[in-house]
Amino acid sequence: MSLNSRIPSGPLDKKWATAKKEMKLVNPANKRKYTVIVVGTGLAGGAASASLGEMGYNVLSFAFQDSPRRAHSIAAQGGINAAKNYQNDGDSVYRLFYDTIKGGDFRAREANVYRLAEVSANIIDQCTAQGVPFAREYSGTLANRSFGGAQVSRTFYARGQTGQQLLLGAYSALSRQIAAGTVKQYSRTEMLDLIVIDGRARGIVTRDLVSGKIQSFLADAVVLATGGYGNAFYLSTNAKGSNATAAWRAHRKGAFFANPCYTQIHPTCIPKSGDYQSKLTLMSESLRNDGRIWVPKKKGDTRSPDQIPEDERDYYLERIYPSYGNLAPRDVSSRQAKYRCDEGLGVGPSGLGVYLDFSQSIQRLGQKVIAERYGNLFDMYEKITGENPYQVPMRIYPAVHYAMGGLWVDYQLMSNLPGLFVLGEANFSDHGANRLGASALMQGLADGYFVIPYTIGDYLASAGRAKVEADHPAAKDAEKQVVGRIEKFLSIKGKRTVDSFHKELGTVMWENVGMARSAESLAKALKRIPEIREEFWQNLKVTGTGAELNQELEKAGRVADFLEFDELLAWDALQRNESCGGHFRVEYQTPDGEAQRNDAEYAYVAAWEWKGEGKRQELNKEPLVFENIQLATRSYK
Amino acid sequence: MKLTLDIWRQKGAADAGRFETYTVEANEHMSFLEMLDVLNQELIGSGKEPVAFDSDCREGICGMCGFVVNGVPHGPADNTTICQTHMRHFHDGERLRLEPWRAAAFPVLKDLVVDRSAFDRIIQAGGFVSVRTGAAVDGNAMLVEKNKSDRAMTNAACIGCGACVASCPNAAAALFTGAKIAHLGLLPQGQPERTDRALNMVAQMGKEGFGHCTTIGECEANCPAHIKLEAIAQMNGDFLRAVFAKREEAAGGGAG
Repeated sequence: MSLNSRIPSGPLDKKWATAKKEMKLVNPANKRKYTVIVVGTGLAGGAASASLGEMGYNVLSFAFQDSPRRAHSIAAQGGINAAKNYQNDGDSVYRLFYDTIKGGDFRAREANVYRLAEVSANIIDQCTAQGVPFAREYSGTLANRSFGGAQVSRTFYARGQTGQQLLLGAYSALSRQIAAGTVKQYSRTEMLDLIVIDGRARGIVTRDLVSGKIQSFLADAVVLATGGYGNAFYLSTNAKGSNATAAWRAHRKGAFFANPCYTQIHPTCIPKSGDYQSKLTLMSESLRNDGRIWVPKKKGDTRSPDQIPEDERDYYLERIYPSYGNLAPRDVSSRQAKYRCDEGLGVGPSGLGVYLDFSQSIQRLGQKVIAERYGNLFDMYEKITGENPYQVPMRIYPAVHYAMGGLWVDYQLMSNLPGLFVLGEANFSDHGANRLGASALMQGLADGYFVIPYTIGDYLASAGRAKVEADHPAAKDAEKQVVGRIEKFLSIKGKRTVDSFHKELGTVMWENVGMARSAESLAKALKRIPEIREEFWQNLKVTGTGAELNQELEKAGRVADFLEFDELLAWDALQRNESCGGHFRVEYQTPDGEAQRNDAEYAYVAAWEWKGEGKRQELNKEPLVFENIQLATRSYK
Repeated sequence: MKLTLDIWRQKGAADAGRFETYTVEANEHMSFLEMLDVLNQELIGSGKEPVAFDSDCREGICGMCGFVVNGVPHGPADNTTICQTHMRHFHDGERLRLEPWRAAAFPVLKDLVVDRSAFDRIIQAGGFVSVRTGAAVDGNAMLVEKNKSDRAMTNAACIGCGACVASCPNAAAALFTGAKIAHLGLLPQGQPERTDRALNMVAQMGKEGFGHCTTIGECEANCPAHIKLEAIAQMNGDFLRAVFAKREEAAGGGAG
């Protein structure tokens, strides 16, 4: 199937204006006649629901959490980028665009990224107006800080809780619409399937997580803002509940899955402490502004860090990348940490860690300033590890953090399945093979506040209204499938828990499809995943029933989907015979260990098409055309 | 370390609950919730129902987790969510009693899981600034004094976990509601709706069945987001001003 990305013609900086000019509109009086389902209440979903409700659409909003204020956007710490150039340091829409494309290792669509940079400034205005308490200067103006992969200060922040404040801003806007009656919100309600009628996405099947009730909701369009698939690796910085089920179920109904192998490993996470570990915790990348990363020069150096003199330390990022230093992009920093640990220079009980040291910044700026900038992060570190980072350096290690891949969407953020829109981390569109820090919040809100309100109107006005009844055979059939799957989970009555399968799967993924991948390791994963999946369906043990709050049953559905999705992730990594951004194939590297792209053969988006149970998925390619940027080897040296 | 746990088990909202006793082997580096994960894996292994409890981010920021440990919401660590409480705060042989938030406005759904949607309805009553998407002025068009902005941020940090309600002998939601009123009331953007916000949010608190605040301060002592009682003072101030403002408005409304 050929993919039409619907990128408007004309010069890059006029494309979004052109698109908006050409879009059809829905008359204000007709908007309430259209129902739009929005799944997810993170930054993208919350912002979309609030904006669409305010415009007059009849919005149904869904979240599996107990409230629309919980989604994992809330955990983003460091900040949000915007090309405001308040610092007068040479920032511009073009520079933010360029940094994002380069940071993504030239694997993102130019037009989408340019639009993202264009609307970034509006996001800051919008959030400020909502009462988001961004950090300010004494003059009363908004403050900025710098972040990885950029040489300007364009990151806006609210202490170390930027994601929380932006999400609560979107939540407040959403709450206002719920009160106004334009949005009906369903919490503790999980989407378990997509309903497709006459080739269009027309609804979802949900399970009420308290009563167990299975129900269909029908609409004129479905918006998925369901986040990323980091928990494909079991241990990640994602929330426990984060999952790929909504996206995967849509994929099985015909939506293409793009670039699943692009997963981001974040360099600054707290190292794992034991087998019982349920998740990994990220320490904001903003810490790298004032913290210096190092390992001892000598292997097996067991001295405490303060006993290791300056000349016996290797500040390896500053050494290898003198111009970016500790602010080198995430993929680069993660890989270098892995190399040091592979060389036996890692620190901490497991040897899987490097130091992030604030002692010199504390000497220079004083503990008070450091506490003001990072106080809550230091507290969090101390709570988890029992060590005080004001006194001893933090120990950090990379962990799975973000999914650049996701459902394929065109310029309008619509998937190849008409009527299905995908926003935020759940889509693939803006970050290429690696996301820069402080850009996830920007993309989620750009999609939700400033893109979908325009593009959904164009779709609805073109597609028109075609009423479907709740008992349409396609809906009933999807419901039956969902009920059948739940009954199956409960009837296996095997010996192993859901978690045991998820952990085993995660270990296979981390070891073979993690920071460094090879044809050999991927083949190993591709052999193991189906075996684990097979055992899962034979030997799973889920307690309780389907007609009650049953957390084991919830997890079973999510892990069953990871067991299918992870195979596609590994498969995608195997077909991409190059290294780019977060996808690092050991066979393809420069002599000094940097990622080696192959633009001649792989400058495309890999969009996978479901061909049915047990069948090999088909690879569709969307060529990436760079009209404005010269493809270059990414250098941060 | 070996622990004995008395855990509240309740099948559903309509069922009667009771404590059941379990033992579990933990180590000091586990988080409290990881210790419960271990217990649950064992329970499933022996064919028993695992203990239901809410959690999501497990980083102390989403506000989804929370239950009472030995009478203290979120357990013994100061101003910390239970997901960020590690077992090094406990010792071998300790006996712990785990129960859900107890408040009429937070009905128990199962075991340690409660329904906190009353909080959402309080926010829906006025915890927002009515600004249309796309209708905002430049972020620097309205300057905000740094000190006020910082105080607004301190109040905006509330994670909506409900520990304040669970701590309060009156099951009041004053700290939660006050935090939002203070956050928006300290910012210029929050001024136009300040009067209605205070009246509507306070009224909603009452409708949901939360008790009155008698300034005991247990909420502040247990708040994982470090919200201070000052937020309640701010709410009371705004509410009083709003009541008088409305009275004047009504009086001045005339014959209409």
